[in-house]
Amino acid sequence: MAQADAGNADLMQDASGQMVTADGVPLKQSLKRAERRRKLVALGLVTPLLLFLLVVFIFPIGQMMWRSVDNPQVVNALPLTLEALEGWDGQGLPGEEVYAALASDFRTDMERPRRDQFSGPLGVRLNYELSAARGAVARTVRNVPDFEPPYKEAFLDSHRLWGDVSLWRVIQREGRPLTSAYYVAALDRQFDDDGNIVLRDENRRIYINLYIRTLGLSVAITVLTILLGFPIAYYMSILPMRYSNLLMIFVLLPFWTSLLVRTTAWIVLLQQQGVINESLIAVGIIDDSGRFSLMYNMWGTIIAMTHILLPFMVLPLYSVMRTIPPSYMRAAKSLGATPFTAFRKVYLPQTLPGIGAGAVLVFIISIGYYITPALVGGQSGRMISNEIARHMQQSLNWGLAAALGTILLIGVLVLYWVYNRLVGAQNLKLG
Amino acid sequence: MLKTADGVTEQGHVCFDNVQKSYDGETLVVKNLNLDIARGEFLTMLGPSGSGKTTCLMMLAGFESATFGEIRLDGQRIDNVAPHKRGIGMVFQNYALFPHMTVAENLAFPLRVRKMGAADVETRVQRALDMVELSEFGARMPAQLSGGQQQRVAVARALVFEPQLVLMDEPLGALDKNLREQMQYEIKHIHDQLGVTVVYVTHDQTEALTMSNRIAVFNDGKVQQLASPPDLYERPENAFVAAFIGENNKLMGKVEAIDGDTCKVVLDNGDKVTALKVNVGAVGDRTTLSLRPERVVIAPEGSADLDNVFEAEVRELIYLGDHIRTRVKVCGNDEFIVKVPNSSHSPDLARGAKVRIGWITQDCRALDA
Repeated sequence: MAQADAGNADLMQDASGQMVTADGVPLKQSLKRAERRRKLVALGLVTPLLLFLLVVFIFPIGQMMWRSVDNPQVVNALPLTLEALEGWDGQGLPGEEVYAALASDFRTDMERPRRDQFSGPLGVRLNYELSAARGAVARTVRNVPDFEPPYKEAFLDSHRLWGDVSLWRVIQREGRPLTSAYYVAALDRQFDDDGNIVLRDENRRIYINLYIRTLGLSVAITVLTILLGFPIAYYMSILPMRYSNLLMIFVLLPFWTSLLVRTTAWIVLLQQQGVINESLIAVGIIDDSGRFSLMYNMWGTIIAMTHILLPFMVLPLYSVMRTIPPSYMRAAKSLGATPFTAFRKVYLPQTLPGIGAGAVLVFIISIGYYITPALVGGQSGRMISNEIARHMQQSLNWGLAAALGTILLIGVLVLYWVYNRLVGAQNLKLG
Repeated sequence: MLKTADGVTEQGHVCFDNVQKSYDGETLVVKNLNLDIARGEFLTMLGPSGSGKTTCLMMLAGFESATFGEIRLDGQRIDNVAPHKRGIGMVFQNYALFPHMTVAENLAFPLRVRKMGAADVETRVQRALDMVELSEFGARMPAQLSGGQQQRVAVARALVFEPQLVLMDEPLGALDKNLREQMQYEIKHIHDQLGVTVVYVTHDQTEALTMSNRIAVFNDGKVQQLASPPDLYERPENAFVAAFIGENNKLMGKVEAIDGDTCKVVLDNGDKVTALKVNVGAVGDRTTLSLRPERVVIAPEGSADLDNVFEAEVRELIYLGDHIRTRVKVCGNDEFIVKVPNSSHSPDLARGAKVRIGWITQDCRALDA
């Protein structure tokens, strides 16, 4: 106590007993003022990147998630029809008043300028759920101006699908601004006649298998990079600096060549008439009919991606191993441990942060990898990102692409959470 | 080496026999090392860095291989035995406590790899913790301990599997001065208590003098002198040892005459000194005279019992409490140090004063040049 008093002897106290500085300002306040400038500077330094991330990272991800549930097409195109359908029980065709509302909706739409018409997107949207729906909408919209009551017959004459209960069920189900249909499709499921979610027919299931394959390939690639990267990282860590720097250049060489060039090189090397097969035949290990299929399948993806992602494993491993003094292994041996036991019990546990960091990096990069599987993967080496790209660029089903992407994102986050629980993110060491 | 009655050479606990070591195939870092260490001895390898002392220790531990020669433990060659089969405890400079194991797990490690039963392991670990007075610290991680505590754990771990021989590689180098001195005594006590053979490497001469039974002074890959601490300090055999251990005044000169175990030396400035003949060749050879500062006395006019008395001029006085460190110029040497005890009958000195200083022949050793 006496000491504390002595320490505060230079400070004055005001009437209420608060500490004040020499000019009478409360100590806390003047401390805050002194800190404020520092905080502003820190904020100023961080803000540009923060804004950049917000614009190019957080915002697009939000957009993607929104797109995976956004469902405006039916609501926009058929407001009156949906209203009329409200009482419909889903059994048997709806009544005349619904067809009349539909005709009125289509007429309203025809009066809009062509680029603002809702019937185009409506057809595309309904077609996702029921093939041929697009044709039905397109043809009928053209004919609607000539329709006379009773509308029901006119519609049924125009296209047989208007007499199909399942189309009306789709319209009713998707007549809401938000939908789960893309997720249902992304998980290889569909709605049955009673509106229950059921698995698709076996031959139409794509995505779950693709997710599992993507996961399996990523795990395989991660394990391979650990197996290949660990020895080289260890060797580099015990070499003198100048030699390890030289080796490091070789490890980093892949980073300095274009991804496409490297992948092309793999094609040259791995194809049926490629260097590896020709060499094996020349040496006589295999004959002409026994050529290995090393690419346009799973092996192509695994080989090429392992090569491309190896540096992401070696770098964190090396940086962790460099900090482990050789005396640990020596100590273990002097205490009677065989070299293998010393490695397993003493060295390996200390490299875990590096293995963990490398594994997370390689795994997360490879689970979303796109270009290499697209070029050398063939059919069995395709990954989920290729399917996402196909829906973005070819089928233009962005909602499904967004749902697939969101599931991938959530999967990665879950895996990261599991990893965090098992290893602890604070044990990551990236260098 | 000790000769037994039947003429067979009986060796000590550890024996280096003509050991040589080269890293690059061009120079020898250890030159022809012959060293016998008795069972239960505390032997220190002392020397400047690069003198080969750590290399010798690493060869004994098995982390470096001898280029030539034999290393024997209890008469058995061990230079071709893998380190983990030698059963030698070792304490490292940076402690090398496994950071991912608790203190108790660290101590249990050597017992576990020897497949000892769990109950046995526990008693032994507890006993080892008690020995270094860390009974309550078994569950802590090494990083949660202070440097001194880590050091004790390292010592306990090297001893817990009851090796006959323990090697220590500058184990106290990372500690501050007070802690280091305390640990010196603790290690010494443990050694006395357990009776293990300790080979200790250090470059700190005080540490070596405090702890050792014998000290091997290394320089340039060779043992310069192997002797007990008092012998080493009082009777250095060559100029390197004299200069390396303790403070030392050097006077250079030439042997003029040899008379039994003393010799007459003419210093470079022409003064003549009688010195103890320790390590000089023939008459006419150059020699270094070694003289401890505390053995030089300020001699009042007419004191006759000193063999060598010279005129000196006081250059600098440094007050150190128990003594006054006095730098004088004498016999052409400007750096000659005299320790004047701070007692009531010591003379009052001032800078620039002319005084007479002297020493007896026994304290002035004529060594190699």
